[in-house]
Amino acid sequence: MDSNLNLPLAPQKGKTKAKANRMNREANFTGWLFISPMVLGFVLLLLGPLLMAFYMSLTDWPVLGEAHFIGLDNYRTIFQDREFWLVIGNTFTFAAGLVPLNIVLALGLALLLAKKMPGIGIFRTAIFVPVMTSLIVWAIVWKYMFATDSGFINQILQLFGVTGPSWLYDPQLAMPVVIVTSVLKNVGLNMVLFIAALQQVPTHLYEAARMDGAGRTRQFFQITIPMITPTLFLTTLLTIIGSLKVFGQIYVMTQGGPDNSTKVLVYYIWEKAFKNFEFGYASALAFVLFFIIMVFTLLQWQFRKRWVFHEE
Amino acid sequence: MKSKRPALPIGKGIGIGFYYAVLAAVSLLMLVPFLWMLSTSLKEPAKIFVFPPEFFPSSIRIENYTEVLENTPFHLFYWNSLYIAVLVTIGTIFFASLAGYAFARIPFKGRNLVFLILLSTMMIPNEVTSIPMFLFMRMLGFINTHVPLIVLPIFGAGGIFGIFVMRQFFLAIPKELEEAAMIDGCSRWRIYWSIMLPLARPAIATLTIFTFLTSWNDFYDPLIFLNDRELMTLPLALSLFTDEAGTAWHHLMSASVMATLPLLIVFFFAQKQFIEGVSMTGMKD
Repeated sequence: MDSNLNLPLAPQKGKTKAKANRMNREANFTGWLFISPMVLGFVLLLLGPLLMAFYMSLTDWPVLGEAHFIGLDNYRTIFQDREFWLVIGNTFTFAAGLVPLNIVLALGLALLLAKKMPGIGIFRTAIFVPVMTSLIVWAIVWKYMFATDSGFINQILQLFGVTGPSWLYDPQLAMPVVIVTSVLKNVGLNMVLFIAALQQVPTHLYEAARMDGAGRTRQFFQITIPMITPTLFLTTLLTIIGSLKVFGQIYVMTQGGPDNSTKVLVYYIWEKAFKNFEFGYASALAFVLFFIIMVFTLLQWQFRKRWVFHEE
Repeated sequence: MKSKRPALPIGKGIGIGFYYAVLAAVSLLMLVPFLWMLSTSLKEPAKIFVFPPEFFPSSIRIENYTEVLENTPFHLFYWNSLYIAVLVTIGTIFFASLAGYAFARIPFKGRNLVFLILLSTMMIPNEVTSIPMFLFMRMLGFINTHVPLIVLPIFGAGGIFGIFVMRQFFLAIPKELEEAAMIDGCSRWRIYWSIMLPLARPAIATLTIFTFLTSWNDFYDPLIFLNDRELMTLPLALSLFTDEAGTAWHHLMSASVMATLPLLIVFFFAQKQFIEGVSMTGMKD
């Protein structure tokens, strides 16, 4: 894949070769020089810590005193840790709730907003505003709106004579509330990606389908959906990966409660590492997260490779 | 109705009314939190929980704002967030574009291999490396300083993503420009600095917005590395306001408005660039 700069060919062969050698040396030197800050940063701040984290996951790493190498004990403990399985369950519940809601809503909105209708920019902007708002601010405001006594939501319910539940303090309801508010926060992002994909679908496909007498529903399922499938899959995978790393809104809205009903994997890692200072165990947990995310990332790369090729 | 995209199941007449009603409902749902935040931030504390809820406060209390500014080092939170985000952005743009240029244009040995390795590490979750990073920073005495918050994003996944974006852009610039400059005896550095970088303005603009927002909204790293109130960034400081039980919502909401509003104003003036920049998150990971 490497190609040298296509400089005009010099007529004499000997001179050309010497010149080419000099050019290569220069290119190697300058190339490495230019990438050296990033490579150095990468080795010191990513690769080093990654290896270190793996080593730590094989030790007991106490707050004081020396660390002892304990092999895979941390990983064994993880699989017998009831709280871990609860946390994994919560994490996947969050993802399973958020991803379909987010994708369906984003696609629906994109279908409505991909059209060129008057005043449509306002709606697009409104739906996109939460995406660039701080997650923490968003979570704080919703926590306030879902307050049990006289929160905005319960006051609205009270207008209809309904006594609202204690949302974030109810183990059955806390997770759904976090899911819905998280969907509202980020649905605009996927919407924008879908709008871009929809606008790439060639119009002549629809014209041909109409001439063949295909109705709107059929056009949607047989043209729109297949044409945006690559975007649909990639977006879904990226949303899954993002949802597995959920943290900020949990930290602000529920602190993992009530009754651990919203304690997710990253929250558990953070708690073990930076509240209890069990660095060894927390590192092992972090590698479990890494493994899960790697599976989805590799999946995404597979799809991307195939479809980029397919598209051309 | 003149429509070029007939795939949408929208009828005429009633259809259009319904269409706008749905969009208005969803948009309103997105805006209610902001309106309620603004409304509460202007209310008398005693009026916050009155029933029925008042969307438009009957009397406006500006002191909610001045009290936050007086009783907390709010200007420091602001300044911390701002200068950290600016430094992260400048650092990322510089180092990522320099490396991106090399990966796109200088045929050095090991180029593709190094690029692939860098790309593949973008999937490492921050949570994995942050534990040893905490120990490393403690060893160097950088806990409770802004150093990790500035250095880590520049050389972490954000920076690597920046390399990727810049490389893609440089690959699309015609080679002839550079060849002419080389024949004139320009060094690679001059070509990068005086020719390529100015040409890359659109890519830099997008990357700037992406990087700035990521740093501005970051929560996990400040939570881990900072202890002192005076050093906190906006999201971290705001999150701690809620811990103080019996929360003073009128203050918390005015603080949230102050934290959010400036960015929203900038957003309204540069929507297209913002949407492009933020959408890049979809390509990351």
